[in-house]
Amino acid sequence: MNEKRPIATIRPDFPILTTTVDGHPLVYLDNAATTHKPQGVIDAITNFYRFHNANIHRTVYRLAETATEQFEAVREKVARFIHAQDSCEIIFTKGTTEGINLVAQSWARHHVKAGDEILVSGLEHHSNLIPWQQVCKETGAVLRIIPVLADGTLDMAKAHELMTGKTKLLAIIHVSNMLGTQVDVASLSRRAHEVGARVLVDAAQSIAHQPINVTALGCDFLAFSGHKMLGPTGVGVLYINRSVHDQMTPYQYGGGMIMEATYDGARFLTAPRQFEAGTPHIAGVIGLGAALDYIQKNIPFDELRKHEAALVKRTIAGLSCMPRIRLLGPLDHLATQGHLISFVVEGMHAHDVAAYCDRFGICIRAGHHCAQPLARQLGVDAAARISFYAYNTMQEVEIVLEVLERMVADPLYGGR
Amino acid sequence: MYQEELLNHYHRPRNQGRLEHPDFSCSRLNPLCGDQVMYEGAISDGTISDLKFTGSGCVISQATASLLGEHVRGKKIETVLSLDKVAVLSLIGISLGPTRMQCALLPLEALQQGINEYLKRSINA
Repeated sequence: MNEKRPIATIRPDFPILTTTVDGHPLVYLDNAATTHKPQGVIDAITNFYRFHNANIHRTVYRLAETATEQFEAVREKVARFIHAQDSCEIIFTKGTTEGINLVAQSWARHHVKAGDEILVSGLEHHSNLIPWQQVCKETGAVLRIIPVLADGTLDMAKAHELMTGKTKLLAIIHVSNMLGTQVDVASLSRRAHEVGARVLVDAAQSIAHQPINVTALGCDFLAFSGHKMLGPTGVGVLYINRSVHDQMTPYQYGGGMIMEATYDGARFLTAPRQFEAGTPHIAGVIGLGAALDYIQKNIPFDELRKHEAALVKRTIAGLSCMPRIRLLGPLDHLATQGHLISFVVEGMHAHDVAAYCDRFGICIRAGHHCAQPLARQLGVDAAARISFYAYNTMQEVEIVLEVLERMVADPLYGGR
Repeated sequence: MYQEELLNHYHRPRNQGRLEHPDFSCSRLNPLCGDQVMYEGAISDGTISDLKFTGSGCVISQATASLLGEHVRGKKIETVLSLDKVAVLSLIGISLGPTRMQCALLPLEALQQGINEYLKRSINA
C-alpha cells in the first residue's frame, strides 16, 4: 500500500530551513535560483565520500566497481524519470548552461550553415540565447526570435510562421524563470519537426515542478540542472535523442571518452561516454540520484502543482491590493499552475526591495534574472521575484505580504 | 538597514544636476541592475572645484554618488584617484556583501574614469 505523505510534512527534512537571520526564521523564496537539499541528499554525498569514494569506469577493484555501479544506476534513474528510450541518451554535465553549450559546439556548429535559421523565444534565459547568438555569428546563420505578448505568453501563431525550411533548430525555454510562463513545447516541436528542424528544450525551471516526458515533448535535446531539483550544484543532465548521436562530434577530449589512442590519433567511445571526458562530479551524480529518489517518494507532481499554485494565488491576491506594486507575467496561469511571481515597485529599486525583505529573513531575488532582453521589453531594469517549492508554506506567504505591505507604505522608501 | 545618513542622501541628494562647461564628464551603468551614475566636474589648480551628479538606481548607488560627490569637492585629484573600496565603505558606514558592493563602487568608478580621461586629454593637448 502506498503511503501518501502530505507535501506540507516534508519541511523538517530540510535542515537549512531551521536557520534564523537576526532572530527571524529563514523565509526562503528564491527556489527558481536554487533549491535546498533534504538530509538524504546531503547524506548520500557525504556517505559516498566516506564509504564508496573511487574513480569510476577505469578499474576492477571492488570499491571502484561499486562506485561505477552507483553512478550508472543514476543514469538509468534519470532516463526513467524523463522517459528517455535508453540510458545512453543521458549525458551528465555540470548544469543546464553546459548542456546547451555542448549542443551548440557538438552539433549546431557543424550542422547549421550560412543562411540557415535558429529560432529562440523572447523569454529565453541568457544560457539559451547567447550560445545561439555565437553559433550564428560563427556560421553566418540568422537568429530569429518568437515574440512575447504583453501578458508574458508567446505569440504561438508567429512561432509557427517563423518555422520554415530554413529553420535548423528551435531552442526553447519550457518555463520562464522570470515570468513563470509555460510554453507549449509539444506543439512547437511538432511544427519544428515538420520543417526538418531539431528541438532543444531548456527544462531548468520545469524539471522539479512537473513530469517531464521527452517523447511527449518531442524534443531532440533537453537540459536541466541538479541544484534546482533538490540535488547538488555542479551537476546536470543533457538528454540527446539517439537519432542525433551520429551527428554529434565530441565537445571535450581526453580520458574517459577514448576507445583507442595512439600518438597520431584516437577513436572515441559512443554516447554517453563520448561526451563525458575526464572524471565527472561522481558525488554530485550520486546526490542527484538521491534527489530523484526523494522527489519520487515525497513530492507527487499533481499535489505539488496544487500546493505551489495556492501559494502563488495568495501572493498575487495580496500584492494586487498594495499600492505601487506592478505584477508581471500571465497571472491567471500562475494562479492555477505556476510556482513564481515577479513584480516591480514604483519608486523603489528591486535591490532595495530585496534588501528590505532581507532584514526580516526573507530571501527574494532582484535583478534582470539573466533575461536582459526580456526585462528591457517589459520596460524594467530589475524586478523582484518570489519563487516557491514544496517546502514553502502559506505562513511564509503571509509573512512576506505583511513585510511588503509595510515597505510600500514606508515614507523612507517612497511610501505615503 | 540603511543608516539615516544614507537614506538622507538618497532622498535629498547633494550636488545633483549638470554643469554647463564641465572639464570632465563620465557615466557608468551597471547592466546587471540598471544602476547608473554620471558625474560632471570642473578642475582648477589640480583640485575638483565643482562637481555635480545625475543618475538613477538603488539607494546604495545613488546615496553613495551623493556622499562621494560631497566628499571630493575641493580635494586634489591625486587624492580622489587614490580612493578605493575601503574608503567608499567608510564613507557610507555600512558593511556590504560582494553583490551590493558593486552598487557602492559604481560612483567611484565613474568619478575616477572621468578624471583619468581628463588627465589623458591634458597630456595630449
